[in-house]
Amino acid sequence: MQATTASDEAQLVAALRERDERAFAELVRSYHAALLRVARIYVPSTAVAEEVVQETWVGVLRGIDGFEGRSSLRTWVFRILTNAAQARAKREGRHIPFSALDQPGRVPEPAVNADRFLAPDDPVWPGGWVVAPARWSPADRLVAKETLEIVSQAIEQLPPNQRAVISLRDIEGWGSDEVCNVLGLSDSNQRVLLHRARSKVRTALERYFQGEAQ
Amino acid sequence: MSEPAHLSCQEFVELVTDYFEQAMPRDERERFDAHLAVCEPCTRYLEQMEQTIRAVGQLSPEDLSPEAESLLLETFRDWKSS
Repeated sequence: MQATTASDEAQLVAALRERDERAFAELVRSYHAALLRVARIYVPSTAVAEEVVQETWVGVLRGIDGFEGRSSLRTWVFRILTNAAQARAKREGRHIPFSALDQPGRVPEPAVNADRFLAPDDPVWPGGWVVAPARWSPADRLVAKETLEIVSQAIEQLPPNQRAVISLRDIEGWGSDEVCNVLGLSDSNQRVLLHRARSKVRTALERYFQGEAQ
Repeated sequence: MSEPAHLSCQEFVELVTDYFEQAMPRDERERFDAHLAVCEPCTRYLEQMEQTIRAVGQLSPEDLSPEAESLLLETFRDWKSS
């Protein structure tokens, strides 16, 4: 998703208000995947998430004439989504656990399995690596199609809140402020989710490269 | 000793995201840098995390399926004619 300048955005909003189908198609293509990932935090399946995203687009069209530009268009669209998703979750009687977004730090999840480290009371090197992480080389393996497939699978397997945060930050390239704003997260909780997500993707890559080396 | 002077490797790996996000209090950042300066395995680990972030950045957002796109454009046309 390209960062848009204020004037690009003003043009896009004006085009939408003029009922320009191409402008709408462009907007849909830019945001649809990210909207689905965020919706999945709140609702239990991809099918329901797709309905929520559909509802969101209807809301965007209905609301565009009244959009005042107090937030960016992107933030506004994602707010419509989170509202729609929360309303849907409520209608379906789905309780969103408080810890799902607000307190991710409650349940500890180490970035690296504890058995990779020496005991905290080890006389020589407390908490040190049992075996150092191996070098990943050459660098071009990291952009190989198979490697990206591993990365993509690892992201799919994350809990929805971690998946949404890593997607917005590292695939879509959003800043932390906007992610916090749209998802209603504190800075520190956003970092916890990002940390866990990235750590798990690293572990998946490590397993893949080690399996290959054997 | 009330405050540990040194980070262990196990503690280091949990601080990597705070480090990238520049969200560390100054004393913690100093301990992080001091550990990094002398620990080759953690230097390697940090490098792997950077490589991981770059690899994730290579993924492109999934394309919209043609069915979903045509459904949305239909919605758009309904809205336009209403």
